[in-house]
Amino acid sequence: MTEPIIKIRDLHTSYGKRHILKGINLDIYPYETLVILGRSGCGKSTLLRHIIGLNSPDKGEIFIKGVDITKASERQRDVILRRMGMLFQSGALFNSMTVGENVALPLMEHTPQNKSIIKIMMRMKLNLVGLSGFEDFMPSQLSGGMKKRAALARALSMDPDILFCDEPSAGLDPIVAVGIDHLILKLKTALRMTIVVVTHEMASVFTIADRICLLHDGEIKFLGTQDNIKESTDPFVVQFLERRPDEEKLDAQNYLDELVAD
Amino acid sequence: MSNLKTTFGRSGRNLAFFFVHVARIAHLTGQSLVWTFIAPFRGKKLRWGSTFVQMVRIGVESVPIVSVISFCVGLIIAMQAAYQLEQFGATIYVADLVSVTLCRELGPLITAIIVTGRSGSAIAAEIGTMKVSEEIDALETMALNPIGFLVVPRLLAMMVVVPCLTVLSDFVGIAGGFVLAITNLKLAFVAYFNQTADALAAKDFITGLIKSFFFAIIIAQVGAYQGFNVRGGAEGVGKSTTTSVVVSIFLVIFADLLFTMLFFSTL
Repeated sequence: MTEPIIKIRDLHTSYGKRHILKGINLDIYPYETLVILGRSGCGKSTLLRHIIGLNSPDKGEIFIKGVDITKASERQRDVILRRMGMLFQSGALFNSMTVGENVALPLMEHTPQNKSIIKIMMRMKLNLVGLSGFEDFMPSQLSGGMKKRAALARALSMDPDILFCDEPSAGLDPIVAVGIDHLILKLKTALRMTIVVVTHEMASVFTIADRICLLHDGEIKFLGTQDNIKESTDPFVVQFLERRPDEEKLDAQNYLDELVAD
Repeated sequence: MSNLKTTFGRSGRNLAFFFVHVARIAHLTGQSLVWTFIAPFRGKKLRWGSTFVQMVRIGVESVPIVSVISFCVGLIIAMQAAYQLEQFGATIYVADLVSVTLCRELGPLITAIIVTGRSGSAIAAEIGTMKVSEEIDALETMALNPIGFLVVPRLLAMMVVVPCLTVLSDFVGIAGGFVLAITNLKLAFVAYFNQTADALAAKDFITGLIKSFFFAIIIAQVGAYQGFNVRGGAEGVGKSTTTSVVVSIFLVIFADLLFTMLFFSTL
């Protein structure tokens, strides 16, 4: 079996007294698309932030290509980060720069290429996400879906080995959201990348996922393929797939008591 | 009794927080200075383009407002001084008062306060907005250090531009005094000019510039610190911007006190 590209071992983290991640163990293999799924606030974005080194854990290790990013020196971290791309939930394009400058920025900063070559590479990336001709637009002039595409082009600008996407279809209409999913699929086959997607959109999961990791309350509740998850009998997994709301635990008297409580 | 306890408890806590913030600002300043003066020798690029843009924004665009305010302050000091000195028939000493006060104190201070209001707050708001919209995180994931990328150009620009604006403020303020002396006090141009030249020592001018250099560092760092510390959305950005102005002005005046003690104290 191939060696995992990302290995997470016994990862714990907390915000103040709230224990968010409670001992996550996860292997992510090269060239697979892993979808991290879960309810809002279950810790899936936090997990992603730890993998890309934005947060440091209370305890545990995260190996990326064999290097523990939680203990890596600044230089080692830089080397790892340059081979990763991240698509943020809001896009996080730099609003003071044009779309083209946004995409070209990592290339300008990290490669010795001259400007004309960088310009060609920038146009190639924009073409890849279907935004040719938009390089001189400011991010504020783009629609939500276009912003996501531009942010994706920026995440791809250094030809990363691993691409992380935080809620790629959040806040987009269904047609644009499907468009983003198909774009991710296209990139996967065209560029042979490992892709890690955090989402709670079930439709999106069944389009793109090779494997699915379902987080609940800071723990991995399920890890397996699309077929595995459909066959699962775990009550939470079933509830999640069937989109059933939590059962009402409060009766009328409790509700009244809660309202008048000091 | 319990009220008293709460009051003292709260003020003690606030004072402790204040010192924690000052210590963190000092830490950020240390990192920024390393990124400005040492990192370039270790192969990290300084962003000259961005620095130049900031110089224009902080410096060139403040020239009109610094000029107008300094001119008015020059006039005001001259009027107040003349009112007192007239009683002794010594209005020619208005020249001494205006020039020395401006070069030693008011030039650097007025400039610092204007720059805090215009640009210190802008730094806090810009960095704060970038923090809220995940742009700072995006920089980090691209292996670009936010201090090197955002703070250093602003700090460098401040360190160059604030002393320049201070020189402008000194001269325009003195010119304000000149105008009042010639028109209202009917002093001779040459006499007033000679009196000013005699009154000013190089030390007055240079200490003012040294101060303004440090004021520049304070303004840039407090702005950046408040920006990086934004919590929450738009409201957080607003709060941090306000705090940056208040803290900057406080620290600038406190630093001014220390420098004045250092340079001119006769104790």
